[in-house]
Amino acid sequence: MTIDTVSAGRRASYRFNKIGLMSLGVILAWALVAIFAPLLAPYPIGKIVNFEFFAPVSARFWMGTDYLGRDMLSRVLMGARYTVGISLVAVALACFMGVALGMMAAVLGGWIDTVLSRLMDALISIPSKLFGLVVVAGLGSSIPVLILTLAVIYTPGSYRFARALAVNINAMDYVIVARARGEGLGYLVRSEILPNITGPVLADFGLRFVFIVLLLSGLSFLGLGVQPPFADWGALVRENLGGLSFGAPAVIFPSLAIATLTISVNLLIDNLPRKIRDQGA
Amino acid sequence: MNRQLLALVSWRLASAVVTLLIVSFTIFLATMMLPGDVAQILLGQAATPEAVAGLRKAMHLDEPAIFQFLKWLGGLASGDLGRSYANNMPIAALIGDRLANSLKLAAATTAIAVPLALTLGITAAINRNSLYDRIISGLTIAVISVPEFLLATLAVLVFAVYLRWLPALSLANETKTFGDLLRIYALPVITLTFGVSAQMIRMTRAAVIETLNTPYVEMAMLKGASRRRKVLWHALPNALGPIVNAIALSLSYLLGGVIIVETIFSYPGIAKLMVDAVSTRDLPLIQSCAMIFCVGYLVLVTIADIIAIVSNPRLRT
Repeated sequence: MTIDTVSAGRRASYRFNKIGLMSLGVILAWALVAIFAPLLAPYPIGKIVNFEFFAPVSARFWMGTDYLGRDMLSRVLMGARYTVGISLVAVALACFMGVALGMMAAVLGGWIDTVLSRLMDALISIPSKLFGLVVVAGLGSSIPVLILTLAVIYTPGSYRFARALAVNINAMDYVIVARARGEGLGYLVRSEILPNITGPVLADFGLRFVFIVLLLSGLSFLGLGVQPPFADWGALVRENLGGLSFGAPAVIFPSLAIATLTISVNLLIDNLPRKIRDQGA
Repeated sequence: MNRQLLALVSWRLASAVVTLLIVSFTIFLATMMLPGDVAQILLGQAATPEAVAGLRKAMHLDEPAIFQFLKWLGGLASGDLGRSYANNMPIAALIGDRLANSLKLAAATTAIAVPLALTLGITAAINRNSLYDRIISGLTIAVISVPEFLLATLAVLVFAVYLRWLPALSLANETKTFGDLLRIYALPVITLTFGVSAQMIRMTRAAVIETLNTPYVEMAMLKGASRRRKVLWHALPNALGPIVNAIALSLSYLLGGVIIVETIFSYPGIAKLMVDAVSTRDLPLIQSCAMIFCVGYLVLVTIADIIAIVSNPRLRT
């Protein structure tokens, strides 16, 4: 995604603009919900509290009830824990592996670089949804399998991104000097390359987080993600799809939850303060 | 110059073939990991161990994985896709109609999405930072940020639930008139068009803006060229390479999109076939479908790369 340079004329600062601040607020709110979900939920998560299924929005059930008559608000709040939690761990793993390997390939070069890059290219040319579908179907769906699959699928993208950045830094005079000084791989990566690519890598982290949320929701929607009785937002949409034909709130609210999270992250990346975004770029 | 171009393009094609080999091996390995002994599953719980062993031998399941892989690959190359475990039909027969259905869906989406996205992308780039541009950019970010099933559920809510114009399911065998046909394709095509266009609009807009910022376009403007002439005559021909590249890349989004869209609308295409095969653990069918998807994706990405190489001399080094 290209980052517009609309505010190029303005002075660089750490201050967020209005849109950035708003999206940051939404993201933090969902993070808090994910942590404190059991305390916030008005009803026990899996309990049938109403004999009317697909009930409309009411004072008792703010988001209506689901296909069994369970309170939707409680389930959406709890769903945040799975959607945000799994995606966050997966994206952290993917970016850590991708960036570490990418920097290593850029600094070492030679056959290590060639072999790693070819391998990542091959991995990247399998459509992500297909890869997820086959692997999760094969190994059965548990949360560790989901996290690892998502991380493996998005490592190559992160690798390519970090390697491209690191190759440029690697050609800088100060890196050549450091190398001539006899510094090892660890020092070069930690102290010369990494500090100079943090801004773009951070933006890439956010972007990849969105991809992972989308893929996780998609897999759950197909019934291959988080398994009942637990449910992330994608699984909640799937469970209540029967209510779609008459516009039940149970199918609309989990969709809205996904949309608010992913749109906020995308807007935040596009509106990062210049100081953070351009860190080292 | 031309020979150099030819060499580059053929190198790109060769590396696509190598990638395809690695990909096919990955798919084969992934499906090999599926738990459960196929022979046991096919014969059921009551089968004697001798019968299971016999079937394993007959299906060559007792040979090393690498031989099975080569055999499978050879079959693929000669058009023999094997037989489905679930109903023992030849896979080629199972896939044929389904693939045609999916291609129809893709063709209809492409026919609508490409002109739409190019128009919106180019006009947004020309009127950069105007209200129009902001609305388009905002909408495309929103569409890119949400999962396909959300677009699909929204389309169903709007067109089938509130407006009651269209049916919520697409059962392609109930077509009688052209009107029926339109009604069946409308919702899946609308959903896919939204997803594909959003990507395409963003990339087109970025490509045109980049060319509009070049010195030669500035020069044309200083010489008094009208805005229209500046865009259509000076900027567009040079942005064409990146735009076609963007079209090919965006179309690869279709491959992920159809998996969700065919499931949600029960559209009888190849993605639905594969999702069903996953739930019945039908290995040969999953492998064949997955290969079709990967080939489609690789073809699109390779075309995009080759167009980029041909259209941008700087990439030829």
